[in-house]
Amino acid sequence: MLPAFNRRRHCVINNQRGKIIVKVRKVTKSYDRGKIAVLRGVSLEVRAGEIVSLWGASGSGKSTLLHLLGGLDLPDAGEMEVCGLNPCGERDRLILRRQHLGYVFQLHNLIPDLTVEENVRIPALAVGRDADETQKRVRQLAADLGISHRLHHRIQDISGGGRQRTAICRALMNAPRLLLADEPTGSLDENTGDTVFALLQGLAEREKIAVILATHEGRFAEQCHRIVRVRNGQLSEV
Amino acid sequence: MTIEQLDAVRSRPEVAEAHPMLFGIVSAPNHPMVTCFGIEASDPRLARGEWLSGRREAFGSTDDEVFLGARAAEFFWGVGWGDELAVGRATFRVGGVFRNENGFEDGGLFMPLSMAQDFFGREAVSSVVAVKLRDESRGEVFKAEIEVAYPGIIALENHEFSQNYNSFKILTFTAWAVGICAFCLGGLGVANTMLLSVFARIREIAVLRVCGFSERQVGALIFGEATIIAALGVVMGFGIGFTVLAVMEATPQFQGYVQANITVPVLGGIVVTAIFTAMLGAIYPARYASRIQPAEALRYK
Repeated sequence: MLPAFNRRRHCVINNQRGKIIVKVRKVTKSYDRGKIAVLRGVSLEVRAGEIVSLWGASGSGKSTLLHLLGGLDLPDAGEMEVCGLNPCGERDRLILRRQHLGYVFQLHNLIPDLTVEENVRIPALAVGRDADETQKRVRQLAADLGISHRLHHRIQDISGGGRQRTAICRALMNAPRLLLADEPTGSLDENTGDTVFALLQGLAEREKIAVILATHEGRFAEQCHRIVRVRNGQLSEV
Repeated sequence: MTIEQLDAVRSRPEVAEAHPMLFGIVSAPNHPMVTCFGIEASDPRLARGEWLSGRREAFGSTDDEVFLGARAAEFFWGVGWGDELAVGRATFRVGGVFRNENGFEDGGLFMPLSMAQDFFGREAVSSVVAVKLRDESRGEVFKAEIEVAYPGIIALENHEFSQNYNSFKILTFTAWAVGICAFCLGGLGVANTMLLSVFARIREIAVLRVCGFSERQVGALIFGEATIIAALGVVMGFGIGFTVLAVMEATPQFQGYVQANITVPVLGGIVVTAIFTAMLGAIYPARYASRIQPAEALRYK
């Protein structure tokens, strides 16, 4: 069970863990030419090393906020700063994706024709990283996530849990400072979901990265450092 | 050219030799198009040819004999010296078979000029007169004089003849038209293939963008794939093309009309054209792929 909700709207959420790496100010986002307002002037701060859950029902705007933070989509209004860069600017967005951000999707979005190892290597390929260094990193991450024995398997030949571990490996490949995880356990059974979440937590601690986790599952939200509820297009700290 | 004009040309002091030829197309059983050449017995073709059967001296000695190019004899009719041959509404006897260095003529049938004129109903005329000058450097002057002296007659040097002869012009034009169509279709084919490939992998491309691929990298990926398609196309095209050419060369119905002349520059041109076509066809798909918005594309089913 989660504690009682804090009903404050437009709250600015932070704690004292480390340097602020995500700063969102009064961001709004709507679709269908403003007819569907998804985010209504939300503000948020996340510090290095924090694991923050965006908790809310499906369609509440969690994924939209993650998309905006990752530069996958642009806000209608408001200001954002992620790792000191502006995700709305094309050049900053590319630097963010290459060096500072890792993204884990609910449906993992791996390339099915490639092997686990090839999928994990993609971010290194984008930045043209040295082959030996990449190889070491792949092996280290695969060992951490328990998929060393699957590296040469094709994606279609491994389980849902294995795919999500692969997706996490890929997200961590370029040692990001911020991991955006959009319902990473949403398509997994309970046990596998627990395992993946524990891995995510452990890696976040070990790699000292901030994690923003969108989830509708209370059991995962309450294990995070902070819970931010997303409802009616607004954020409130729980 | 009429016989009078031919005689006048022959009588010119700068002319060493002049050999008339009458072209004609006639049908034969199972062969709707047979090329006939009416020439004089003194024509150097007969002397230069390698006689496989019969005697050169017999050419023109009777009015019921025709002579075959080696390719025509071998593939076209499968007849030999002394056999009877039906051509048009007449039947002739084969007086000999000789190999001609010109593949076009080697696939044809030769008969004395006077006989060809009778056969085709073109009394005392020839289609072409091949002239050899005593001084070849006077070619330009000779051509000019002939065209002034005989309005309607076109004087051409050997290379001009092959370039300007109407049939060759039509063939050349057709070849270019087919080539340009193939070029356009190839480009459209690559564009279509790449565009379908981009649509089919729209989520994967979005993932690449999320993982840090720049617009330029995504574009390069598409151009790279188009180049691979072009390279495969070139390899398959060479394989199919060489095979078809070999078959056409060996097919009697073509009577030597098709002679493969593939040079290194031609091969190089084909490779360059294929790559260029692929690049051209990949421009729009690459542009489309590089501008995919990840958030939208990831929602794409």
